[in-house]
This record gives sequence, structure tokens and C-alpha cells, in this order.
Amino acid sequence: MLSLGIDSGSTTTKGILFDGTEIVSALLVPTTARPKESLNTVYKALSQNGVDFTISTGYGRGLLEQADKKITEITCHARGAAWLNPSIRVVIDIGGQDCKAILLNEQRQVADFLMNDKCAAGTGRFIEMMMRTLDAPLDSIDTFVQGKKPASISSMCTVFAESEIVSLLAEGEDAGNIALGMIHAICKRTSFFAQKMNLEGKVFFTGGLSKYEIFRKTLEEYLQLEVHTHQMAQYAGAIGAAVIASETL
Amino acid sequence: MELIKDLPEIYEEFAEQRKKSFLGIKSLKEKGVPIVGVFCTYFPQEIPAAMGAAVVGLCSTSDETIPDAEKDLPRNLCPLIKSSYGFAKTDKCPFFYFSDLVVGETTCDGKKKMYEYLANFKPVHVMELPNRQSEDGCTMYKNEIIRFKKVLEEKFKVIITEDQIRAAIKERNREREALKRLYKLMKKDPAPMLGDDLYKVLYGATFKFDKKQSALEIYAICDKIEKEYEEGNHLEKRPRIMITGSPVSGGASKVIKAIEDNGGVVVVFENCGGAKSVEELVDEQNPDVYEALAKRYLNIGCSCMSPNPSRYKLMGQLIEEFRPDAVVDVVLQACHTYNVETIGIKRFVTETYHLPYMSLETDYSVSDIGQLNTRMAAFLEML
Repeated sequence: MLSLGIDSGSTTTKGILFDGTEIVSALLVPTTARPKESLNTVYKALSQNGVDFTISTGYGRGLLEQADKKITEITCHARGAAWLNPSIRVVIDIGGQDCKAILLNEQRQVADFLMNDKCAAGTGRFIEMMMRTLDAPLDSIDTFVQGKKPASISSMCTVFAESEIVSLLAEGEDAGNIALGMIHAICKRTSFFAQKMNLEGKVFFTGGLSKYEIFRKTLEEYLQLEVHTHQMAQYAGAIGAAVIASETL
Repeated sequence: MELIKDLPEIYEEFAEQRKKSFLGIKSLKEKGVPIVGVFCTYFPQEIPAAMGAAVVGLCSTSDETIPDAEKDLPRNLCPLIKSSYGFAKTDKCPFFYFSDLVVGETTCDGKKKMYEYLANFKPVHVMELPNRQSEDGCTMYKNEIIRFKKVLEEKFKVIITEDQIRAAIKERNREREALKRLYKLMKKDPAPMLGDDLYKVLYGATFKFDKKQSALEIYAICDKIEKEYEEGNHLEKRPRIMITGSPVSGGASKVIKAIEDNGGVVVVFENCGGAKSVEELVDEQNPDVYEALAKRYLNIGCSCMSPNPSRYKLMGQLIEEFRPDAVVDVVLQACHTYNVETIGIKRFVTETYHLPYMSLETDYSVSDIGQLNTRMAAFLEML
């Protein structure tokens, strides 16, 4: 029996095909201006050998007609993260356009959650914009900030930060220091936000930024808790959807 | 009175009541009935009712006039205050237009400062509301009620007797009893109706000027709902939600919709418009009518009180009566007092009653409906 989970995020659309025990295949495509097309691309690619139950999640979850069920990204992220690492108690997801913190109970179900969905500050979009302004490829971020000292950043607004970066560059500040300063600002902000809940135990970090070690390390510094991630952490929402789908079979 | 219509029609009729009253208020005005426009549940309705005046609610719930209000008021102010001021300024609210006197209370900082400017458009009387529900506070509010009575007597050249006030107290109490019977029907599990429909009736009832008739109609609706319930016409079993916090009428009713579109049902409204403004009756036995009114009204658990024990007390009572599965605390943007109180309410709900709790900040716009839906859906999935 095969189940399919598709997570339609603001920046990328992720799909996971699951056989009840293992991930059979995974796919990630950029979310275009027409999120429905991205969803269909992932669905077509992963369902070609037949699929028994499909769950869509993420902000575009309502757009996939073939989905048997739609579940929010909160529930799916929690389930996916706990599947990747059963010892965790907190999930922090920094996505393309929002940021969420989820508290799990002992049964690894959602006990409480917070969403920062009002603005793009402190999200993947912010980092993308920053690296573009600094004229460096996003994927090189770990080496780009290696051995740098974080510059002091005052503005966390995505719109204003760009002009702050430009003026810091004009003052002769090193681009790596600026990038590290921005990373610290984001991790500090995310930690304050998540600490509105009583966090304890291991934290699992998901979302597009989780593949960069510098974010995991800096988050750990501010949260004062062990922060874990996984090479598949960006797929946590889709994995959760696929796992939940397989349980309904 | 015979009620032959279907329940959905009745709910719609109440939802339309505010609009229908626009015409009603005009004909009352033509008959020479004085009209008093009010903003708050702390307002002692029995005083103007005693002189035969009609009382209309001026709290506005649409974002239509907010841009006009923002020309005078700061942007980061509560949408209820901006919207109310905007309707007054642009003369778009017929209730405001027809009001002979507008009455406010010194509740939150935003409202009391807004009333200062409102006086540029209309005769405004502001009742001084104490910050706490102490004995001194009660004496002060009693004196304010008497002062307000004198203002009415002078303005409208009438005498308001204690017997008239007593009769008005009885009439309003009967209406409160009718409304209570209606919302207590939601104690049934599964619930007999959607919270959205209940709220339409509760909100619509505040725009019915004939309170005797309104009470009769509500009793008839209750009978009809009970009869249908017996016949098995009720909702399927759904997660039961209590709403508390800022008012959720008009633009903010999107919160009720987000809960119910995602499979929940709002079984009890603790906030204004719900139990907060209705639950307690005025003591009809107290020979001092002013003291009876002061005690009843001042006891309302709004976050503008410090401390605010009545809110916790009423919430506890309602949680035990209605057995909700979770509590949603609504905060209108920039409503500092309700916002600050969320942590206390969260502790109360999660520690004393072990119920899941969520607070959310919103306004009257439609811009956050997507996020609201995701939040509420996730919250309901969690239950």
C-alpha cells in the first residue's frame, strides 16, 4: 500500500511517497506563481505507479483536487519531525513565508503551537533577499559566514533590512559579517518567539533553512536547548502527511 | 405569536435586524421617541428605557470607515474604536445620525480618548467608570448613574421616577432571561445549532427596540429549537469551543466562521454580546434602584478592570456548564488590556481546567482569513 504526502509551501512544493515503513521516493520543486501547477507536477511524478491515499498540506493544500484529505502543516510537521527523530519534543520550522513552533506531548501529538504568519521577517524569504543583496549564492551561506563576526543589525523588517545591508556595505562592513549578523538576528527572534511556550527536551529544526548548519548552531545558542535536524528535515511536512495517510489505509 | 418559519430563516432574520432597525429608528424618531446611542455593556440601559427612549448600539464592526478614522486617529489603535469613530465622522451610521445623545464610558484608554473627539460631531456624555470593582468604585458608579439620569432629565425635559426605572429593570431582566434560555440550549451535546447562528440572534436582539416582544420571540425560537432537537435535528458531534476576549461581531465574526468551517462549534460566547453582557440580572429586590444597577453593571468582567476577577469567575462557571473542549481568546489588534490578560487566561484555562487554549489577534479586515483558517484547523486537529 502506497501513500502520498504533498506539502505545498510558499517557496517549494515537496512530495513523499511512503510504503508504510520507508520513504519510497521524494521530490522537491520550486513553487511557481501558480502553486496548483507545482502541486500537480509533484503529484504526477510520484503517483505514476499508483497511490492508495493522498494527503495535501501547506498553504496551498486546498488546490490539489486528487487529495483524499487536507491537513494543516502544523499537524503534518509535528508528525513528520517525530517520524524522522522520535526523541524530540519541540519542532521549530522556518519556512519560506512564516515560522512556527510546535510543542509535542509524550505521545508525540501536537500539544500547543505558535505561528508567526503576519510578516516575512525572520523567514526564508528574508535570507534569500539578504543573500541576493550581498551578491552571494544562498547555498554557500555556511562557508560565506565561516570565521566571521556578526555585524550588529537593528532592523528585522525584510523591506528595511535591505537598505540597512546597503548602508552597512557602504560603511565598508564585511559581507560575511553582515550575513552572520542577520542570521543571529533571525535566530534570536525565532527563539524569543518560540519561548512564549515552555520549551523543554530536544528541538527539531525543519523548513528550508534547516539544511544550513549555521542556523542549527545559532538557534541552539539562543534556545539553550539541543537542536537536531535531518537531511530530510525540509520534507517534514510531506513526510507527516504521507505517514498520516498510510495510517488511514 | 406564531412562529412558523424554519430556523435558518429565523437566524437570517435576526442577522438582518441591525439593517431593519435603520428604518425602525427613523419611524421612532418621527414619533418623537428620544434616541440614545451607546458603546458599551457597562451602560445602564434601564435609565433611558425608563423615560421611553430607544437605546442603540454604536459599536461598529466594519473596516469600511477605518481609512477615514485614521486621518484623525493613530493607525495602531483598536479597529472597534477606529471604525466607530469613522462611522460617526462620515455620518454613515444611521444610528449615530439619529442619536440625540451619545453616551460613552471611561473604559479603555483608546475609547475614552476617542470620545473627546467624538464630541465634535454630536452631544456626548461620558460616564466615569471606576478601574476596580470595589465598594468605593460601586458608590462612584452609582453616583455616575444618578448624574446621567439628571443629564437625561435636563436634556429631554422629563422626570425619570424610580418606579419607571424599576419597571425598566424588570423588562430588561425578562429579556436577559430569554436570551439566557437561548444560549444555554448550547449546553446540549451535540449542539443544537452553530455558534454563528446563535450569535446572529444574540447580536440581532440588541437592535430590537420592543424588548417585551423580543423576549417573546426568543422564547418561541427556544421552543422551536428544543422541539427540533427532540426530533433529532441538531448538529453532528463536533469539538466544542468557548470564545472569550474582545467582541466578535461584524468583521471579527470571521473567527466564528473559521472555527465552524473547520469542523468545530462555538458553544458559548463569554465575551461582550454573549454571556458577559447578559448573564447577571439586576437585583429587583434592592429598594435602591441606582445601587442595584451600579452593582450589576460594574460587576461585568471586562479587561479594563484591574484586577478583573469577574471574567475568571464567569469563565469558570461557563466551562463547567457548557463543557467546551477548548478555549479561543480573541484579541482585537491593539486592545492592550485583553492582550495583556491572555497570559492570565491561558494559565487559568490550561492549569485549572486542563483545556487547550489559543489566543489570536485580529481586526475587521479580510486580509488574515487564510492564516486564521490554518490556525483554527490546526487547533481543531490537535483536539
